[in-house]
Formats: sequence, C-alpha cells, structure tokens
Amino acid sequence: MIQARTKKALADELTERIVVLDGAMGTEIQALKLVSADYHGKHFEGLGNDLTGNNDILNLTAPDAIREIHLSYLAAGADIVTTNTFNATTVSQADYAMEEYVVEINSEGARLAHEACDQAMEREPGRTCWVAGAIGPTNKTTSISPDVNDPGFRAIDFDTLKDSYKQAARALLVGGVDLFLIETIFDTLNAKACIFGLEELFEETQERRPILISGTITDLSGRTLTGQTPEAFWNSVRHANPLTIGLNCSMGAEGMRPYLVELSRVADAFICAYPNAGLPNEFGEYDEEADQTAGFVREWAQDGLLNIVGGCCGTTPAHIAAIRKAVDGLPPRLAPERPAAMRLSGLEPFTVATGDAA
Amino acid sequence: MSAVGSQFVNIGERTNVTGSARFRELITAGDYDTALEVARQQVENGAQIIDVNMDEGMLDSEAAMVRFLNLIAAEPDISRVPVMIDSSKWSVIEAGLKCVQGKAIVNSISLKEGEEPFFEQASKIRRYGAAAVVMAFDEDGQADTADRKFDICARSYKFLTEEVGLPAEDIIFDPNIFAVATGIEEHNEYAIAFIEATKRIRAELPHAHVSGGVSNLSFSFRGNNAVREAMHAAFLYHAIRAGMDMGIVNAGQIMVYDDIPADLLERIEDVLFNRRPDSTDRLLEVADGHRDSGAAAAEKNLEWREGNVNERIEYALVHGIADFVVEDAEEARQAVERPLHVIEGPLMDGMNVVGDLFGAGKMFLPQVVKSARVMKQAVAHLTPFMEEEREAAGGAVEANGKILLATVKGDVHDIGKNIVGVVLQCNSYDVVDLGVMVPAEKILAAAREENVDIIGVSGLITPSLDEMVSLAREMKRQDFELPLLIGGATTSRLHTAVKIDPGYDHPVIHVNDASKAVGVMSNLLSKTARDGFVEGIRTEYATAREKHAGSGRESKRQIIAGARANKAPIDWSDYAAPVPSFLGTRVFETYDLAELRGCIDWTPFFRTWELSGKFPDILQDDIVGEAARDLYDDAQEMLDRMVTEQWLKPRAVVGFWPANAQGDDIALYRDEARTEPLAEIHTLRQQMMRGNNARPNFALSDFVAPADTGAVDYFGGFVVTAGAEIDAIASRYEKDNDDYNSILAKALADRLAEAFAERMHQLVRTELWGYAPDEDLSNADLISEEYQGIRPAPGYPACPDHTEKGTLFEILDAEAATGVSLTESYAMWPPSSVAGFYISHPEARFFGVGRIERDQVEDYARRKGMDVETAERWLGPNLNYNPDDHADRDAAA
Repeated sequence: MIQARTKKALADELTERIVVLDGAMGTEIQALKLVSADYHGKHFEGLGNDLTGNNDILNLTAPDAIREIHLSYLAAGADIVTTNTFNATTVSQADYAMEEYVVEINSEGARLAHEACDQAMEREPGRTCWVAGAIGPTNKTTSISPDVNDPGFRAIDFDTLKDSYKQAARALLVGGVDLFLIETIFDTLNAKACIFGLEELFEETQERRPILISGTITDLSGRTLTGQTPEAFWNSVRHANPLTIGLNCSMGAEGMRPYLVELSRVADAFICAYPNAGLPNEFGEYDEEADQTAGFVREWAQDGLLNIVGGCCGTTPAHIAAIRKAVDGLPPRLAPERPAAMRLSGLEPFTVATGDAA
Repeated sequence: MSAVGSQFVNIGERTNVTGSARFRELITAGDYDTALEVARQQVENGAQIIDVNMDEGMLDSEAAMVRFLNLIAAEPDISRVPVMIDSSKWSVIEAGLKCVQGKAIVNSISLKEGEEPFFEQASKIRRYGAAAVVMAFDEDGQADTADRKFDICARSYKFLTEEVGLPAEDIIFDPNIFAVATGIEEHNEYAIAFIEATKRIRAELPHAHVSGGVSNLSFSFRGNNAVREAMHAAFLYHAIRAGMDMGIVNAGQIMVYDDIPADLLERIEDVLFNRRPDSTDRLLEVADGHRDSGAAAAEKNLEWREGNVNERIEYALVHGIADFVVEDAEEARQAVERPLHVIEGPLMDGMNVVGDLFGAGKMFLPQVVKSARVMKQAVAHLTPFMEEEREAAGGAVEANGKILLATVKGDVHDIGKNIVGVVLQCNSYDVVDLGVMVPAEKILAAAREENVDIIGVSGLITPSLDEMVSLAREMKRQDFELPLLIGGATTSRLHTAVKIDPGYDHPVIHVNDASKAVGVMSNLLSKTARDGFVEGIRTEYATAREKHAGSGRESKRQIIAGARANKAPIDWSDYAAPVPSFLGTRVFETYDLAELRGCIDWTPFFRTWELSGKFPDILQDDIVGEAARDLYDDAQEMLDRMVTEQWLKPRAVVGFWPANAQGDDIALYRDEARTEPLAEIHTLRQQMMRGNNARPNFALSDFVAPADTGAVDYFGGFVVTAGAEIDAIASRYEKDNDDYNSILAKALADRLAEAFAERMHQLVRTELWGYAPDEDLSNADLISEEYQGIRPAPGYPACPDHTEKGTLFEILDAEAATGVSLTESYAMWPPSSVAGFYISHPEARFFGVGRIERDQVEDYARRKGMDVETAERWLGPNLNYNPDDHADRDAAA
C-alpha cells in the first residue's frame, strides 16, 4: 500500500477556509479528441472490444494525459484532485468487457492523482493537496426496475453492487487515496451499497478514509432520480458519518442553489458542491464561462453555504481558477447544530423528535 | 411536554400479515396489486410509517418482503414514507434492508440470543443505515416487571451506543405490552410495569424512544371490541404521558379517551393500575354491558340527540340512523336561507366525514350504504322545497360529476352495480341508473340525453362480456369520448385489457370493487390527474395484453380425439345405477323459507358487501367484525320478517330422466324403454395436455353410463328460485330511498336461492333420487360439498355453455313451473335463481373445462346444430385461440 504522506487532515482545513475541488475529467478528456487507438494504447493493442469512450482505461493506456489533467487543475488552484475512476467498477466496465482490469484501473488512477499532488506539493512547499478516489453511481439502479412491465424486477442486487464497489475501493485505498468521493448519486440505495462496502473495507483493512458523498438532482422536481428530496437523501446516508455531503453535476450552479440551501440547512456535515458549467446547449456542450460559474459560486460562499467547491461536467482549469479566486478569503460555512432526533426517510424525510428537552 | 399525543407516531399496521387477515390473504394469493393498494390507502390515510411484515408459515417470507418492498419503491405515493421492516427472522430483515433507499426502522432485535448475535445484527443495522426497535428481551426471556424491563433496556442501550455505535436517537425500545385482566395474579402488574419502565427509559436513557404493540393488552377481552378499544385508549393515554412516543396501533379502533364511559373507564384504570384486588372481576362485570358498540349501541343511546342540529345530522349519517333525519333536516332547513344550504352544509359535511372514515378503513361498506340511506331520506324531504324554489328562480346542486350505470343487455344482476351507485352518490356524484338488461343503444342514447361524464356497465354472466365488447365498439363508431367503466363478477382486468379496451380509443377501465369506484371517478374527472391516470391505465393494459399474448403460446392443447382417449376411466361393467323415485318432473310450490334459512352459506353474503372473511369468524374479526355483526343482525332481522310475513314464495322444479352418454353428449329418453329421445345435453371436454399417468381429460358425459356399455343410467335437472316477489320488495325500498334494505333484500334472496339449491340437492340425494338415504351432513359439510354426486350449472366451469340452460328449461318446463325465465343471454330472471344438472355417479366430480381448441368447437357446433361462429361467441372465454384469426384465415383460403 502506498503510504499517504502525513498530511494535514482535510477536516481541519475545512474549518479554516473554503477548499477547492478540481473540475471535470470527462469533458477534459473529450477535448483531447482521442481516437480508438489512443484508448487502446500499447496495453490493449489489437484487443477486439472497442474501448473508445472508456475514459477510465486511459489510466492504463494514456497515463500521461490523465496526469496532465490533474496537474492542470492543481495549477489552477485545486486543493483536491479526484481520480479518473468514475466508471472503474466491474458493473460499469462490463460495457466494455473490461471487468478484469478494474483493480488495475483504480490503483493506477490513484497513483496518477497521487503523483500529480506530490509534484504540486514539491513545487509549492507548505501546500497540501488531497487525492479523492472517485466512485461513480454505475450504470445500474438498485431501486428502479429497468423493465416497465415488472416494477418489482431489479437488474442488480445490493450485494453484487456492494462487492463491486468494495473491490474498486480496495484498489483505490491501496493506490493511496486520501478520501473517497461517492459521487453523482441518482439512486441512494446504490450509494448505501457503496457505503456498506466501504465500511466493510475499513473494518477489514483497519484503514479509514473520510467519505465525501455527493448526490445529483436530476430536474426541477428537486429530487434525485429515484425520487428523494435533498433532506430525505441526507437522512438516508447520514449513517456513513461523511465528512461532506453535497451535490454535483445536474443543472449548473444557478439551478443547484435551492437544493444546496436545503442541504446546508439540514446537514450537520461539511458541504461540498461542484456544479456543471451551466446546462448543456443543443449540441450537448457546456458553454457557461468561467466567470459566470465563479459568480454563482461566490454568492454561495457569501451566503455561507460552502466548505468545498469545484466543478463538474464542462468545467475547465479556467473555471477552477476563477472559482478559486472567487472564494478565496471568504469564510467557510459553519455546520448547524441539530438536536438529536430519529431522522427517517422514504422519498421524503420524517423526523421523530426525541422530546428529551420537553 | 406539549399537547399529549401530538408527538405520538402512529405506525400503520395493515401491511402486516400477522396483523391483517386481509393482507395475509392478498400476499398468500400473490395479489400484490391489491396489497399495494392497502399500503397506498394506509399512507393516504395518514400513516407516518408503514410496518411491513411477511412472517407467515406458508410464505417465502424473504422473497415476499423483497418483492413487496421493491414494488413499493415504484410507487412514489407509498414510498414517500419510511418503512418499518418487521420480522422475527433476521434473514428477512436483512433482505428488506437491501431494498430500501430511505432510512428504515428494523423491528426488532434483542439480547434474546445473547450479545454476539445482538452485536452482529446491530452493527449491520448501523451499516445499512437504519433505526431499530429493541425488545426488552434477554437471555433469560422477556421482561415482565418494570425493573427487568428497564434493566434490559439500559443494558441494551449501553451496549448499542458504546459497543456498536448506534446513535441513541435511532433506538426504539419496546418494553413489552402484555395482556392484563387475565385472571392470573402475576399479570395484574403488566400495564404498570410497561408504564413505569417507559418513564425510566425516557428519563435515564437519553434520546431513546419507546414503542409497543397495544392490542396485546386486551387479549383476554377478545370478541368484545368495545371494551378492547376502551382499554387501548386508556392505556395509550397513560403510556404516552409516560413517554411512549410511537406505537403500532389500529387508529380506527382507538376511542377518544374522553369518550370512554365513566364507569367503564374507572374499572379499566383499576385494572391498568391494579388498584384493587377485584379489578378484573369488576371489569368483567360491566364488560358484557359494553359489548354492543357502534351502530347498535348508538341507536339505543339517545344522548346524541342533545347536540345541535348539525352535530345530530353528522351523527345520524356516520351511524346510519334514519329515525330522526327528517325532523333534523326540517329543523336545519328552517335555520338557513335556502333548502340547498342544508344539503351543501350539514349533510355534505356529514357525508364527507363518512367518506373520510370509509377511505380510512374505519367504516365499511354496509355502514356507508346505511349512511347513504339517511342522506337520501333527508334529501327526499328537502327536494319539494327546492323544487318550489327552483320554480321561482332556477339552479341546481352542483355535483362532482355524472355517471350512467347499467347492467348490460341479457343480464339481470345488479347488486354490485347498486352498491357502486350508492357509494358514488355518497361522494356527491350524480348517478343515472338505467337498471338491468339495458341494450347498448339505450345506454348511449341516455348518456347523450343526460349529458353524463362517464358510463359504467356491469354484468355477472359470461355472455355479458361480449355485450361489453360490442358496447365499446359501438361507442367508438358513434364517436363517443366518454370513459367506459367495466365491473361485475365475471369481468376482469385482463378481459377488459385484451378484449374491451382495444375496441375504443378513449379510457376503458376495469373497476373491481365499489371502494375503487370513487378514486377512479375522481381521477377521470380531475383536470390535473386525469392524463397521468389514464396513461397509467393504458400502459398497464398494454402490458397485460403483451403478457397475455405471451402466455397464450404456452397453453398447449391436445386434439379432441386425444382428449377423448383420456376420458375418465370408469368401469361400467358391474355398475347398477340408482333409480330415481320418479321419472319426469316434480314441482315444489312455496317451499318453507324457515327451512331454507338454516341452509344459508353466509360467507358469500359478506363478500357481497366487500367484507372479507369466513363466517362465523368474520363476526369477531378485529377490523371488520363490528360492521359484519351489524350487517348480520340486520340480515337476521329481515329474515325474521321474510319468514313470518311470507315475503317470498320459493319455487322449484326437479326432473329425472333415463339417460346414457353418447360420446361427449348425454342422451335423455322419454321413458325406460330408452327408444324415444327427449333431448340431448352437450358437454365439453378438457383439452389440456396431460403427461403420462396424469389426470383424465374430463367431460360431464364421462360420469353417465355410455350407451354402448349396455348399462342403464339416469340424469337429473333442476331450477330453483327464491321467488320473483323479491323484485317488488327491493323496488319498494328503493322508492323509500332505502338502498340499504333494497340491497340487503336482494343479497338475502340470492343466498336463499343458493340455500334452496343446496337443500334440494340434499333432498335429491337422500329421497328423490335416493342414492344416499343415510347421508347425515351438517350445514358446514354441505357447504364444503362433501357428498356423493354433483349438480353442475350451465355457464359455470364444468359446462361453460350457457345455452344448455335452454334445453334444461325446456325439458323441465321451468318457466311455467317456477316463473323463472331466461334472457337472450341465458341469464335467469329473477336473478335469485339457480339451475343445474344432477349426476349421481360416486366418481362424478367438479372440474373446469378450461380452454378448448377449434377442433372441439367445430365438433360441438355440429352436435348442437349451431354454426361455428355462434358457438364461438357463447364459448368466447373458453377459446384457446382467437376466432378472428381463424375467420381471416378462412376468408383468405
């Protein structure tokens, strides 16, 4: 296991300032206009399956390009870089029939991010950079049937998904990540499987890393794809005792704000948000300028909503630089203290007060 | 503490197979659609959490838990609330935890098996992110004293918060509510023990909650719901004050503490707090006096007459008491400006309360129909005043919407339709009821003329299904856009989806019971909900059609010759058929009603009123028991009058004829010479594939000695009716705005007709045909048909062709003998009639013909002298093929 160098704990940093997370990996890779041969690299030269679009495989086949992207974000002022492992689970890699490389993709992904951070910290003594091991939602849902004719059917079960997550997480942990980022959660049960897997892993390895949890609100209903409100979502994952709870992706900073406000109100954890660069245009491209995104983010910070901020789809190092500038010097959010209560949820939250105070 | 009880969390218990007989039946029958409805209703009615329990020996509880929770996940109006995953088996709990994205509650874990499994389970609960109910149960057993309850809870608390890391606020202690007033002295302290333990838990174990299953408390008063409800109310009152903040409680069965009669309350509290040595005896003394709760008691106790007029009207509506409603309506009318205001004001307010209680499962169909009677009588009183006013000004009551109801052409059954009408009227829909045997053209003309919003048709016999199909097609041809609702015993969602819906471009919806009708109507008439609702139904039916198309291919049939080769293997060589006491027909005039009354099978009677459960257990059912008892009392009262006042003249005709099977037909002869044919009964044969040494492919003709064996045999037939008088009796009630008694009379007449058929069959076995003279069976044995011989009815599974009734009526000269006639669809009028055949052979048995192939239909049509198309029409539900496909193919050939 690569021993993480003794670093300042992110938790401590978060009480002092707003920390910046990196920007998009996927759209940065797209910008490189890679072709099939690049995805295959030397590693998989002549392999039958077409790997085009399998961004995570680039950790093995184009590691320099990935490290460069990390470095460009660090140069722009990001404190945390996320590994290029969004789809690096057996469940997601099945699309490319590359399940057997999952461990390698993750450990290499962690290594690349680590190397980039080390470089940045060497260049600027006194700077601390963290590596967050990215775990995406996978392309399957444990809460929704893909078969409209059979709502009780599930394409994947909790245990299968949990094991798949755990395998990926183990490789990330071995690769030396400082944090785990469960991101773009559209189905909370998937996230619960991931949390369960992480807890098992922590127990088995006696190594614990802070968990960052980030959901995604899919549309103006203000709910996750599986129908939960932000507070219900928080109640469902609070048992992970995450370092941060937050939102990413979806509708851009402007649209994300009301849900962030709600989370900020109810969550007694740090808040992390990294929106898309606006909404995609008709060509599927994000064209919100760095300054615009930074403008929205600055308002969030001024309103005391933020602890960690970064960018998702369509954001670039320019966006991160602008965000960095926008939040520098602004105080971090203080988590509210909430009375102890049993906070349950279905799609909506339900609180049973303890009534102790009365 | 703020208002006591305001924080009390009520956990819905109706999706619990151990707590709800109805839910258990639905789950064991695999009817998850309806089971979901139970959950939905529960949430709609305000359950804040739903308890799901699948602990039933006959079930794969894990699979049932997973399936139900997965289905719930697809229903946002159910899954919006948290789930309590309830099982005594950890494996079931864990399977459930893997299905819920929300934060659930586990019910329950305990130290029962020691610390090791407790630690393991609690750790997993923490890891799955759930709260947990923890029973006051340890290695030594369930805690019964206050000290032990608290000690176990305290030990559990320390262990969970310190060793496991479960947050204290996610722990719910259940310190065990046990039965009191059992007569066993040690039990006297149980209620106090719970309350004391609760106090200490809330004071000394910060953030933890207290819950419990309240119904245990009153276990020794089973059968006396009034006392049980009062005990629960009193107990909860004190337990909540002590800090109990959650409970699995049937909210519909909790009285208001203040409503508990003072003498009863005092004695209950004596028991709860063990205040005197003779507490139990003293409670028992008064318990019987309080046994009658609900409507019966309400009618006798006139205290409610002291309220103001609006309160009295509401009380009368909720309790279905019509005695004072005219005078109350009059008093209300004089107090307001316009008579309409009485309807829109106190009457509608009262009916809204009724509607809410019905929706919440706190009132049941018979009670609602009684409420409607009160409403109708009040409206009848007000109508002349309104007409007077209308003559002066004009204007009408704004109804929610208007529906046309009719039983289709050829069908005479209307109880279900009438119930739907009443329920809709209760919810302020205008109902235009065209009655029975209504042809399509009349339905459509009336729909136009009355400018209705929705058409609803009903039918009980299978030919009515075809009538509904053609009605839908006719609606399309005439460019109707109104939704069409389909109901009645013979209809089904599948038939509606496969046969009726494709014929009409606008909504066609199967409404399988009266309680669903209001929801369907309000969705269809809602501007906002309609599109989604209609789209949902459309998708559901499209799915049903697809599945049906898929399943059709699997039901392989064999050729009819093959099926015949596998007929029932009966050895006729030594068979001596019993000889009936007479040949030809015998008529029974004005059969003794009192005798028939004793033969009634009550279970279907309650089903008519949508009360499910077996008689007589249903009378003591926790949920519907009270409604069932009131209904049963009313039924007995009406039966008393029916018998003493001779309301009905039951008539019957029975016939026996020499007979022999000829292939799949049964030939009947005029006399023993067996030369002159009287008639032929045509039977149908099962055509399903049978494996090796499997069951025969039955036809009824198998049970009659074949002509070529040389054995003689006989065959019988009957028609019985409760009496045509029922029609006039029901109409008289309707004229008096008394739908309740109208429906009750019809439902009783139906039961009497069935009882008559049963009684007559018994007479046939023991005397008239006399092949079982020593038979001595109880009514229960008769109901479960534990006797020799069968009485299959044309139109039912063993002989599904209704037209055979024509032959039967002819040879019995049944219309002249009994006054029963046949409609063009071969429904019997009056509907309270039963017809069938008698077969005596000891191996004769019931079976379902099931689906048959075209080769048999062609052969059958030839035997009957029908064209194939006509035969296909009558046998529609039994065809294993789509006759339209064949028609096309034939035309193309």
